[in-house]
Amino acid sequence: MPYLELQGLERDFGTVKALDGIDISLGEGEFLSLLGPSGCGKTTALRLVAGFDRPDAGTIVVDGKDVTRVAPNKRDMGMVFQAYSLFPNMTARQNVEFGLRVRGQDKPDRRKRVDDLLELVGLAHAGDRYPHQLSGGMQQRVALARALAIEPRVLLLDEPLSALDAKVRVQLREEIRRIQLELGITTLYVTHDQEEALSVSDHVAVMYRGRIEQMGAPAEMYSAPATPFVAEFIGTMNRLEGTVVDPGAGTVDTGGRTITVEAARGKPRGARVLVLVRPETVQVAAANGAGGNTLTGEVLTHTFLGPVTRLRILSGEASLIADMPTARAAALPPGSKVDASLPSDEARLLDLTEEALPEIGEEPGPADR
Amino acid sequence: MLIGAFKGANGGWTTSNVSQLVHQPYIQAYRESIEISGVTALLGGAIGLALAYAAIRDGTPRWIRSLLTTFSGVAANFGGIPLAFAFIATIGTIGIATQFMHNQLHLNVWQGADLFTKTGVEIVYLYFQIPLMVLVIAPAIDGLRREWREAASNLGANAWQFWRHIGLPVLMPSVLGALILLFGNAFAAYATAYSLTNGNVYIVPVVIGAYYTGNVFNNPHLGQALALGMFVVLVAMMLLYIPLQRRAARWAK
Repeated sequence: MPYLELQGLERDFGTVKALDGIDISLGEGEFLSLLGPSGCGKTTALRLVAGFDRPDAGTIVVDGKDVTRVAPNKRDMGMVFQAYSLFPNMTARQNVEFGLRVRGQDKPDRRKRVDDLLELVGLAHAGDRYPHQLSGGMQQRVALARALAIEPRVLLLDEPLSALDAKVRVQLREEIRRIQLELGITTLYVTHDQEEALSVSDHVAVMYRGRIEQMGAPAEMYSAPATPFVAEFIGTMNRLEGTVVDPGAGTVDTGGRTITVEAARGKPRGARVLVLVRPETVQVAAANGAGGNTLTGEVLTHTFLGPVTRLRILSGEASLIADMPTARAAALPPGSKVDASLPSDEARLLDLTEEALPEIGEEPGPADR
Repeated sequence: MLIGAFKGANGGWTTSNVSQLVHQPYIQAYRESIEISGVTALLGGAIGLALAYAAIRDGTPRWIRSLLTTFSGVAANFGGIPLAFAFIATIGTIGIATQFMHNQLHLNVWQGADLFTKTGVEIVYLYFQIPLMVLVIAPAIDGLRREWREAASNLGANAWQFWRHIGLPVLMPSVLGALILLFGNAFAAYATAYSLTNGNVYIVPVVIGAYYTGNVFNNPHLGQALALGMFVVLVAMMLLYIPLQRRAARWAK
């Protein structure tokens, strides 16, 4: 039985449709990330769940109860904000204690709970410090402890790591997941960082223009994107527009070059399709004119990513990205002629609709308020 | 001023001017000045804070804030004889608003009292004290983050609990500073009170004016001693303010 349900949520800001019919169903103790670019409506959805805003249509149900019109201070939801949300006039301990204090809990009980939570987030030693005496990462740990103190029914996190540096971000996201699993708390997490979402979630919902494009397990989202937008947003993807020329053999014409894609078998002849290939599945070797399912081109750039190096290859008018072990990439410097072999069985295929392919970028709008 | 306060009419050194300050009628003048300044600072501060918050908080149309700050900029600098005349002509005993209420609505708002008293001076002072508070406190209110209010609400706090535990404590250092400014502003005001009451309200600046310009009571050295006394009062206020401010801002960087 679902624990948190968002049913047909809609929210307009003037002429902008921030949410256009959001449906989410989340089981108790599950961790869902709302992932998408700026302006996609993910923060708006979270604020509706928290009660800071009211939907124009739709309902929010928690544990079988409709809370759509319930005031935020009566919802029993803990929220961690992006940054700077700690009360500056209170120490870390007082911040964590605040929710219990306004709920009238006994002082000894409060003290014990605060001690436990500060211990849980690794800040038992810093309880007497004011927010300005804590680093960004420590402040977010306190914010997490404060949100957990009231034993919320749902934990809401609004890009809690976006203001932190890369190393702390990775460390803290793992801690958030550890604590979430330890407490078994139902969690809704908003982020624009796909790596963050994929690494900590049970489910990921990719949002675009106020809608959920696809929702599923992280591995599913990565390996089987349902829409061109999801394919582009989750990980890095080569996109080749083409036309099915032989449905029996699964061959697709991509601008004068024919490649075989298993997924194209059975598609109507002449159908417009989008071939999606992950960079790590592209095999690159010095050009020798041999081998099937290859595109011949020239290496334009190298991008060092540690164990792998990313090569950008220009083949005719098509631009391809391929990841290969750094040690081998040195043999193919920019300017080299190469053959890029595409895996026929690992390439995904999407029907190309009349709608223009989305470009991922900043779309500031009221949904991101 | 410091030297003049200790000089006599014949040019010699004396402490008699300063020693007179702790006796009547001067002690009464200080009491009246401090009362008027204190009342208008506290009332002006409270009303100005509420007005500024109402105009700045989320959900209030932007134009209301612009209107309030523009008006406050003008009103905070409106004082002296024009202000006194404006009030006399409007809500004085025969002012246009008083007459309208009396003749048309049969309301006797003053009930035998009038504008030319200490209470009247306080009402008129509020006309520039409230806008001054609005101007001074607006940036501090801007600094109240929406996240604090939302986090408090999320944790179960109602509006009163937010203001009691977070909003007011965070604003307190700025509020204390603003109150001191308002107190000083009213404490040093002369022309408004003098022109409104024709000198009948016995406050220190009016007494100093009398000793400087009066034909009968001309005694500039006593006036300088009274000014020195005002300086001492303001220093005392600052000495009270500093530890309070330090305590209120102990959490700040």
